[in-house]
Amino acid sequence: MLIEVTDKTIDAWTVIKDYEGSHKELAGKHGANVVFLGRMRDFNESDSIAEMELEHYPGMTEKYLDGIAKQAMQQWDIMDVLIVHRVGQIKLADTIVLVAVWATHRAHAYEANQFIMEDLKSKAPFWKKETLADGETRWVEKNTPGKVSR
Amino acid sequence: MSITIKFFASLKERVGKSVAELDASSDLTTLKVWQATTGKDTLDSNILISINMEYVDSQHVVIDGDEVAFFPPVTGG
Repeated sequence: MLIEVTDKTIDAWTVIKDYEGSHKELAGKHGANVVFLGRMRDFNESDSIAEMELEHYPGMTEKYLDGIAKQAMQQWDIMDVLIVHRVGQIKLADTIVLVAVWATHRAHAYEANQFIMEDLKSKAPFWKKETLADGETRWVEKNTPGKVSR
Repeated sequence: MSITIKFFASLKERVGKSVAELDASSDLTTLKVWQATTGKDTLDSNILISINMEYVDSQHVVIDGDEVAFFPPVTGG
């Protein structure tokens, strides 16, 4: 399991490759690796967004993410979890969050990954502050729902 | 009894500080801590509260040495 909060650019595929390289027990044993990447958009609520700053609660954020990952490991039949989340100054198209789940079969990997993301979005202490194209700044007040309504 | 209080994000800007210290002689709920450190009577229902980095509610009682934090709805991911 890896939990990391970083102010550096996240190169998701390198992170995953390095993690698998140092966790040989996954090689040949997992049939599914579900990867979610949250990226920074250039718009929000009909406004153009130039950049973003992400604040967190050092200590509590890592503790909360660790708790989510452990809960997912208990609730689903999965082999490993990796969560990397960005903080600080974020540029357009940057990866904000990476969640990777390894499992023998895809069903548990998909479900566990979605559970982690939805819990992270609703409870992990991070806050986004957007800078609009005209230079105005504002705090994002809430996250959008993660389920499709049909 | 000494308590450390932290405020984050928009709430930090609203109350005008990121950290406060509080000395109290009696047991306080997190609501009382909020009132004593911000001067505001009411605590909006959407404000999240933690003690020692675990979520609690506004009626939770703090003890000596606790770190209490108040913050707005989270928006990570």
